[in-house]
Formats: sequence, C-alpha cells, structure tokens
Amino acid sequence: MEAMAIVSIFVLAVFVGFEVVSKVSSTLHTPLMSGANAIHGVILVGAIIVADHSKTNLELGLSLAAIVLATINMVGGFVVTDRMLEMFKGKKKEADK
Amino acid sequence: MSSALYDLIGLAAGVCFILALKGLSHPKTARRGNLIGALGATIATLVVFVYVTPPRDGSAAHSLPLHNFGWILGAIAVGLIIGVPAARKVQMTQMPQLVALFNGVGGGAAALVAIVEYLNLGSDATTAEVIFTVFTVVVGCVSFSGSIITFMKLQELMTTRPVVFPGGRFVIAVTLAAVLGASGWVVTALGTTPLLVLAALSLLFGILFVLPVGGADVPIVISLLNAFTGLTVAASGYVLNSTLLIIAGTLVGASGTILTRLMADAMGRSLFGTLFGAFTAKPQDLAAAGEERPVRSGSPDDVAILLNYARRVVIVPGFGLAVAQAQHTVRELADLMLSKGIDVAYGIHPVAGRMPGHMNVLLAEANVPYDQLAEMDEVNPTFGQTDVAIVIGANDVVNPAAKTTPGCPIYGMPILEVSNASNVIFLKRSMRPGFAGIENELLYDPKTMLLFGDAKASLTKVVSALKAL
Repeated sequence: MEAMAIVSIFVLAVFVGFEVVSKVSSTLHTPLMSGANAIHGVILVGAIIVADHSKTNLELGLSLAAIVLATINMVGGFVVTDRMLEMFKGKKKEADK
Repeated sequence: MSSALYDLIGLAAGVCFILALKGLSHPKTARRGNLIGALGATIATLVVFVYVTPPRDGSAAHSLPLHNFGWILGAIAVGLIIGVPAARKVQMTQMPQLVALFNGVGGGAAALVAIVEYLNLGSDATTAEVIFTVFTVVVGCVSFSGSIITFMKLQELMTTRPVVFPGGRFVIAVTLAAVLGASGWVVTALGTTPLLVLAALSLLFGILFVLPVGGADVPIVISLLNAFTGLTVAASGYVLNSTLLIIAGTLVGASGTILTRLMADAMGRSLFGTLFGAFTAKPQDLAAAGEERPVRSGSPDDVAILLNYARRVVIVPGFGLAVAQAQHTVRELADLMLSKGIDVAYGIHPVAGRMPGHMNVLLAEANVPYDQLAEMDEVNPTFGQTDVAIVIGANDVVNPAAKTTPGCPIYGMPILEVSNASNVIFLKRSMRPGFAGIENELLYDPKTMLLFGDAKASLTKVVSALKAL
C-alpha cells in the first residue's frame, strides 16, 4: 500500500478515535476500556495471516500461540464487557419504574 | 474473492468498530455497541479464511484453504476454551484484573505476529517494515509484561504498594537505553538473535515500568497499556498490509489515550504524576506509620442505634463491599432505613473499588435504584447535613491525607468528604491500610466508630439489630 494512503488512514482514525469517546461519563470508563480492549483482539486476523505464511515449525508454533492469545483477548473481551453492561440494564429498568 | 471485495469487507468491520466505541460511550447504547464490535470482529475473522493474501514476491496466491488450516482452527478452539469460561465465570470483584490480563495477551499476540512475519520475510523486509516490526515487538512486549504485573497487583499476588528500590530510576533508564540500542541493532543487523534480545529487554522494561505504580493508579496504567496494544496492532497492520488492522488498532490507540486522560482527570492526577510519581517519592515515606494507636470500635448494636436516630445517612461503598459480595445486604439495610423515614443516599467516588465505575456496576447488580446513587460532586456538599456516613470497605477515597499530606501517593485526588458528617462508621476487615498503602487519619478521629469484620457479616448483623429496635 502507498505510504501516503496509510498515513491518511492513520491520521483520520486517530481523530475518529478521539472524537467518539471524548464525552463519556465516569460510570462507563470501565466497560469502554474493556470494549476497546476486545476490539484490539482483532490482531487475531493478523495471527491467522502469519499462520498461513508460516514456512518453518518455529514460525507455525509462534503464530499458533498468537492465535490462542488473540482469541482469548477478542472473545473473552467481548463476553466480559457484555457481562458488565448486562448489570447496567438491570439498573435502568429499576430507574424507569 | 477479489482483493477489492476483501478490503471492502474489512472496511465494514472497521466501521463496526467505530460504531462500537460510539455506542459504548452512552449508557443507553452501550450494550448494543459492544455487540456491534463483536459483529465486526466476527466478520473480520471469517473473511480471512476465504481470502489468501498473495505472497510478497508477486507470485499468485495459493488456492484455498489456508495453509495450516486445521492448526489454525485448533488454536482458535483452544483460545475459546480458555477465554469464554474465564470471562463468564469471573466474579465482579475480579473483573479489573481479567481486563488487564486480556489486554496483556493481546499485546503478546501482536508481538508474536510481528516476530513471525519478521522471521518469514527475512532479508526481504524493507527498512520501514523492520522499524514497524521493532515498534510492535517493543510495545507489545511492554504491554504484555506490564499487564501481567498489574494483574498480579490487582489479584494481590504481590504487594499493591509502589515497588521502589534504590537506584530504581537508574536501572529503568539503563533498560530503556538497552531497548533503544537493541532496536537499532535489529534494524541494522537483521537477525533472529537481535530480535529475541530486543523482546527480552522489552519484557523486562514493561515490568520495571509498572512496578513503581501505586495500587490506586493501576486502572490508569491498564488503560494506558490498552492504548499501547492498540498502536501495536496498527503497526503490525502496516507490516501485514492490512487496512483493517491499521484502522482498528489506531482507533483503540486514540480512544484509549483519551480514556486514560479522562480517568486520570477523574482521580485528579496528572498522567505524568501517575507514571513517574513513585520515582520522586522516597521509599521510607511510603512505608511510614504502623504504630499502635487507639481507635473506637463498636458493636453492630451500637451502629444500629446510631442509624435509628439519624435523619440522613450516606453510604460510601468501596472495594471491601465487592470482596464481601455485600451489595444485596447493603441494599437491604438501605431499604430498611428508608422504611423508617431515614434519608439514604449512596456516595459514589468515581474510582471507588479497583476501576472507575466499579461500584455502579456492583450496586446495579443488586438493583439499587439509580436515583439513590450520588456522584462525588453531588454528595460532597451534603455531608455537613449528614448524621451518619457509613464507609463500607473503602479507605483511600475518603482519606483526608489526599488533601492534607503533600507527597503522599494519593495527594491531590478528590475525596468524599465524609469527615464533615456528624458521625462516621467504618466497616473494615482489619486496620490494614487501603490499596494505596497509606494510613488513614480519619480512623483515629473521635467521631469515628469502627466495626471490624467481613462487610457482609457485619451488615447482616446491623440489619437484624436495626429491625429489633
């Protein structure tokens, strides 16, 4: 990919990232951190690509380890965030009464 | 599948992540936001299985399925078997350290991906790719080992106090210099050995970087390491030529940086002070106190009598409430007081517990009505008219040292000013200081009464004593 295109994507993504979370109440800090944490688990995609590229047993072993870790990060992250937010739902129902 | 279609689907996943972060920023849309994020991640993962990235030498991509397809599926299954039950079964009290651990393994995964791609490319790698690889390995390893240390601190497998040793600053500076030196070595020498040395030094640096951080500041560090991991994912996206990884990683890096700052603001700390505060503090200051002083301890009956004649009571929950799983019992007590015509509110410090918002989550689980939860700015002016403040397993967030003792690790953090209430009741397990490891003067105040024991057991006794009155 062209260097300029990459720099553009990077800079735009930085601003989007700043913008979307700039006004968040302290109540949601923990779930938001946990959700963002799950999103970077998408490194799983990278781990699968390098597993496909692997030519030696060492490379394969390391990339399989990366897949295991990335899967834990991604799936565990989304599940734990959902569990946190599930409890907020209970609270809102109570407040509506 | 054509590469254009592949990129388009990757873009769709990126949009999902933006919507996810946006959704997670508002209480009403938070859960949906998380699900959108999970959808994006699922799409991104499925689509790599049906598109083979062409090799670098320009030759045609091999046909499907992917090489090592069975191994890949097996490794994903192992990850699922470990990750899902861990996330499902963890108790609310242990959630912060689980997030730290997930973040750490993500950083480790990014570092491993970069190492494999580096081994794979060998001398074909361009200088830019090597530099990005070095960045990913360094920051990924720091994030990994740093997160493990934060996990151990939160799990109390090691001391929660800042770990400061003589010459610590010097050791850290030398390690950092060695990391930079090894980075230069990797870029010029292009070998496996330099890369492994770099990884080892980075792991060491991550440990040294987090050790001096005091317990109460750990959440901020987790958030910072989370942003770090995001950036490593973006950098590995450059090496792997994946727009999706660049977008997702950068989003997390940027939003994580803002979030880290917001958290630090909520605690009244500067980010710099959090990370480097312990270096400037002298070890003996932190290890001070410990001499025996008289305190006034009471029985559950004493507490019940005090509450029975109060007009306004503020409950201040802390980590002890979470440990004892006493959220339902505390609600029972609050309901009982309300039925006696006593005005009850919960004073929620933004960082009570081990993470911002920890108490809100915990009390929400016990269905405590939202309007009874008062944020710090709201509740602080009312302590003057409060007859009793019940502090349940909290310490640092009510410690007047944050206002009166310059140089102590929590100095400058806004606190709940419970000392303005007519009476203060502390429910504590022991005289042990709080997570930040600082003595609390308020415990020795004549208007303070201590009720020792597990928060849930103590509260249950207070409830039955109050019922009997």
